[in-house]
Amino acid sequence: MTDLVNVAFNAEGFMTDPSQWTREIAEILAKQEGIEVLTPEHWKIIDYCRTTGLASGKAPTLRQITVGTGITTKDLFALFPKGPAKKVAKVAGLGKPEGCV
Amino acid sequence: MKIFLVLGAGTAGTMIARKMASRLDSSKWQVVLVDKVEQHYYQPGFLFIPFGYYKKDDVVRPIRGFVAKGVEYVLAEVEQLEPAQNKVTLTTGRVINYDYLVIATGTDIHPEETEGLKDGGWRQNIFDFYTYDGAAALAPAISRFEGGRFVVNVVENPIKCPVAPLEFLFLTDAYFTRKGIRNKVDLIFATPLPGAFTKPVASAALGKILERKNIQVEAEFNTGWVDASRNVLSSYDEREIAYDLMVSVPLNKGAAFLGAAGIGDELNYVRVDKQTLQSTQYENIWALGDAANIPASKAGAVIHFQMEAAFKNILQHMAGQPMTHQFDGHALCYIETGQDKATLIDFDYTHEPLRGKYPLPGVGPFDLLGETTINHWGKLAFRYIYYLMMRGIEVPLPNKFSLTGKIA
Repeated sequence: MTDLVNVAFNAEGFMTDPSQWTREIAEILAKQEGIEVLTPEHWKIIDYCRTTGLASGKAPTLRQITVGTGITTKDLFALFPKGPAKKVAKVAGLGKPEGCV
Repeated sequence: MKIFLVLGAGTAGTMIARKMASRLDSSKWQVVLVDKVEQHYYQPGFLFIPFGYYKKDDVVRPIRGFVAKGVEYVLAEVEQLEPAQNKVTLTTGRVINYDYLVIATGTDIHPEETEGLKDGGWRQNIFDFYTYDGAAALAPAISRFEGGRFVVNVVENPIKCPVAPLEFLFLTDAYFTRKGIRNKVDLIFATPLPGAFTKPVASAALGKILERKNIQVEAEFNTGWVDASRNVLSSYDEREIAYDLMVSVPLNKGAAFLGAAGIGDELNYVRVDKQTLQSTQYENIWALGDAANIPASKAGAVIHFQMEAAFKNILQHMAGQPMTHQFDGHALCYIETGQDKATLIDFDYTHEPLRGKYPLPGVGPFDLLGETTINHWGKLAFRYIYYLMMRGIEVPLPNKFSLTGKIA
């Protein structure tokens, strides 16, 4: 059984060290965000965000996710209700997506 | 003859074409400037058009008047860019094989990307003010407005001039106050941001002004679709906002040919190094102004501040030298707050806008994040300064961001 005892979070609940992330941790974090079960669609998005987020050092924006995965914004909101960019970043163990400038 | 090609004759393209033409040996180089329209727009002035403060002549001038001597201006649209072949094909059929390319095609609004935004209500009771035509069409609608729900909406960030929607709200508030019907107008701001602005200190200061002016903020509002038959704006999380008149800032995107050429990001902004402004993919390509994907505001002042670094880097690159000039992301924006006052923000890649004074010898100091009349005059004077700049007259504003006068 995985728990979050040794996982580092910031005040807003984002993991601060993406290397600590595991798929089990993602499942726990998803539950905290109100997502009971992570489906293959959820994982497609999480995996995309992990790959691009680790490469660029930044969590992807909503539009980067929709363009990159081909999933529509509407579906993204259905999978990760309310703020999908923020929620995926949280579940994927990435920092908070940067606002714009 | 070598070709130095500039795409886009807006603020950035006009400036860099002039600088290159004045420096390069005209027996070896031809500078070519391409734009799809014949008009040059003073875009910061669009804000004042809907309220009748500016007229067409204040913001629209022929491009030809700003094209520097020695620059060939071509009126045409870009059909295709093939960066691996150093080749641009225009819709007129002309092919330009360039040695260096500067992309300055800016950013445009795309209302068609939001479901329902262009259905029925567009230019009836839904308007934009990011185009001259949109701002001009909005003017009579505002003067006819006698009360009800007036909604200002930002669809998605980043947008050109991120403070413009706030200025628009402040001016709307002032307009209806002066008209004596402010109590009949519900003024609502629907924004995808968590607050008024992107940076914390400025967001708090601007948020207070919104509150004081009784402007309701619907934060973290990710615009989903518009139902023009019911006059309702919906977010993806299914919040609904009813409007009688809506002023929308639609999705902003760079030119489509940049995406097709493989050098644009998901919004067709050219991927560049944020300090040298050189393409991260092709070493003879630069992108300036709104067309670049740098994490700085899409604004004219940013172009002014980045111009020297870009110009010197290009010259160094031509000479086979390492590029040593770094753009720091400096932005300086006057923000109209209504009643002939304005505030001012000054920031860069690493420093957010702070309170304090902006020292400008002979004119200033201007108040940072304070609302003053001198800031307002600074904003209005800027139009004259802008047209001087477009004619190649240098303006003595320091390029680099400085903490002098700021209160940390």
